[in-house]
Amino acid sequence: MIQLHGVSKEYRVGSERVHALRSIDLEIARGEFLAVMGPSGSGKSTLMNIVGCLDRPTQGTYRLDGINVNRLGDSQLAVLRNRRLGFVFQSFNLLPRLSAIDQVALPLVYRGALNRRKVAAAALALVGLSNRAHHKPTQLSGGQQQRVAIARALVSRPAIILADEPTGALDSKTSMDIMDVLRKLNEELGITIAFVTHEHDVAAYTRRIISLRDGQVVSDVPNTPSYAQPQAAPAEHVAP
Amino acid sequence: MTLADVLITALSALRSNLLRTLLTMLGIVIGIAAVITLTAASEGAQKGVGERIRGLGSNLMFVRPGAVEESGVQLPGSGPGLFLEDARAILDAGFPYVEGVAAQAAVGGPNPGILPVQVIHLGQNKSTSLLGAEPSYEFVRDFYVERGRFISEDDLTKKALVTVLGGDVVDELFGTEDPIGQTVRIAVGPGSFAVGFNFTVVGVMERKGASAGTDQDDVVIVPLPSFQARVPFIRDPRGFTNVNQINIKLTDRSKAGQAKEEIAALLRQRHNEAEDDFRIQTQTDVLSTATEVERSLQVLVVSIALISLLVGGIGIMNIMLVSVTERTREIGIRKAIGAKRIDILWQFLIESLVVTTLGGVLGVVSGVGATRVAEQFQIGGDNPYAVTPLWVLVGLAVAAATGLVAGVYPAWRASRLDPIEALRHE
Repeated sequence: MIQLHGVSKEYRVGSERVHALRSIDLEIARGEFLAVMGPSGSGKSTLMNIVGCLDRPTQGTYRLDGINVNRLGDSQLAVLRNRRLGFVFQSFNLLPRLSAIDQVALPLVYRGALNRRKVAAAALALVGLSNRAHHKPTQLSGGQQQRVAIARALVSRPAIILADEPTGALDSKTSMDIMDVLRKLNEELGITIAFVTHEHDVAAYTRRIISLRDGQVVSDVPNTPSYAQPQAAPAEHVAP
Repeated sequence: MTLADVLITALSALRSNLLRTLLTMLGIVIGIAAVITLTAASEGAQKGVGERIRGLGSNLMFVRPGAVEESGVQLPGSGPGLFLEDARAILDAGFPYVEGVAAQAAVGGPNPGILPVQVIHLGQNKSTSLLGAEPSYEFVRDFYVERGRFISEDDLTKKALVTVLGGDVVDELFGTEDPIGQTVRIAVGPGSFAVGFNFTVVGVMERKGASAGTDQDDVVIVPLPSFQARVPFIRDPRGFTNVNQINIKLTDRSKAGQAKEEIAALLRQRHNEAEDDFRIQTQTDVLSTATEVERSLQVLVVSIALISLLVGGIGIMNIMLVSVTERTREIGIRKAIGAKRIDILWQFLIESLVVTTLGGVLGVVSGVGATRVAEQFQIGGDNPYAVTPLWVLVGLAVAAATGLVAGVYPAWRASRLDPIEALRHE
């Protein structure tokens, strides 16, 4: 579903060239649940930005659901983000003015969809926040805000939810709650989830762990979820 | 994203910073209110002046003496070279289009120069203008006696000391008392140099209203020869009778051009001067001069109002730029979840348009309100205020255009933001 071939990203900082990513090859199949780990500056965020169609690689090709993303213009990328990608951020990134249900409905607004509220309410129910639909972000706890963000990411039924340190701003108890929500979405609805994290105990929830260093993949290994989980890892998920 | 969505987004953003929105809007409200009020005042004045000039009588033509040049400044109507005999000659020439001729001489009035006029009755006095007139004045100027009688041929030959009063003079000196048969004293000249004579009131003029600077009801009319005999300083050494103005009533306005030429030729022949020492104005000339003055006043007034709008527009642009910077992160979030550049552009543009359009509507409302209040308290005299639909539309259009112009650049900046940078923005 997601295929990166020889993807590199260079930045110019002043006169210096920074290689954020060096020739990455990566495939992510539908239904995977994976973590990307690595020290700061290893290129994790750049990788997520490219996979999330927020950024374009300087070299290499990226295909999402068979679409060659390299060739798309800004507005086509926006459509891709809207329809096939969901984002969850470390700092939640909710809009301060909107109630939970309006936050969740926002991607549908940009799509021009009908009965958004109904769809948004269903998404909120999936993360267990039906009773907070009309609260503003300031009236919600950190964990609840992140759940609203997750609902917003999944409301458009994306191919993949990308999360950049989704538990980075939460205490460990709440972090585990959020991971449970993500795991549930992956297992029960088959939504593909990829996230960046520093924390090994968070990464332990996933079935695949990719480690980056200096813009290169240094390891890509299957993981047995640390909690007792009878399901076997899907067969197609094998590191390239 | 539908227009309704964009509007809802804009309104909620504006509501979340209500005070700032209102203050920003105020600039536009004041600008548009100024446009509406000032144009209403000037349109009203223009209309009023036009009506009054037309009210002088529809087919009038005026002959005035040429200008006396005083230290390089031409003072129109101040020369000595126009006589009662000229008026007689115009009438006697038998021009088929001349319906009536009335010579007049006047002193006093609101800007009396060296000859102010006081009319006095039983200790009450009023400064006014003194008009020496012929019996034909009534017909030619279309200005009739309401009570009593006007000046007669008999009064002229006798140089009778009789007078017909304007409505304002009657009000002030007599109140509700009947002035006919009473005596008033008319004093001409400055302070202790004033020369006064008693006149018997024989009539009261109908009300005519103010006209281009002079109030036609604030007048005391006496027979022209009595005026000549009693008012000092206005004497021609050759024994001719000086007049200020000859009013000519034409049968038909379309003859004005021909009349102007032929009467000018006649006067030139009589006066035999190298340069014309008289001026002939048709009513159209007077009207177009007045209109011209009003026009340039209106241009001035509207440009002042537009400058205030410009200032309001700059305020809006400034606030929109601040708003874009403040909401960089919001823009990043919106882009991440699928907003296109055009969506962001619209969001900020509509915000700016909503502020100015709402400001424009409020400005029109308060402008109309201001004209009502001004009319109530007669600010700017008794001129009417005319709020014209044209200027209301112009005001609204300018307000919207201001929003568009002020919003485009900030909105464009917002739309060009890189989502990654924007999301990183604190």
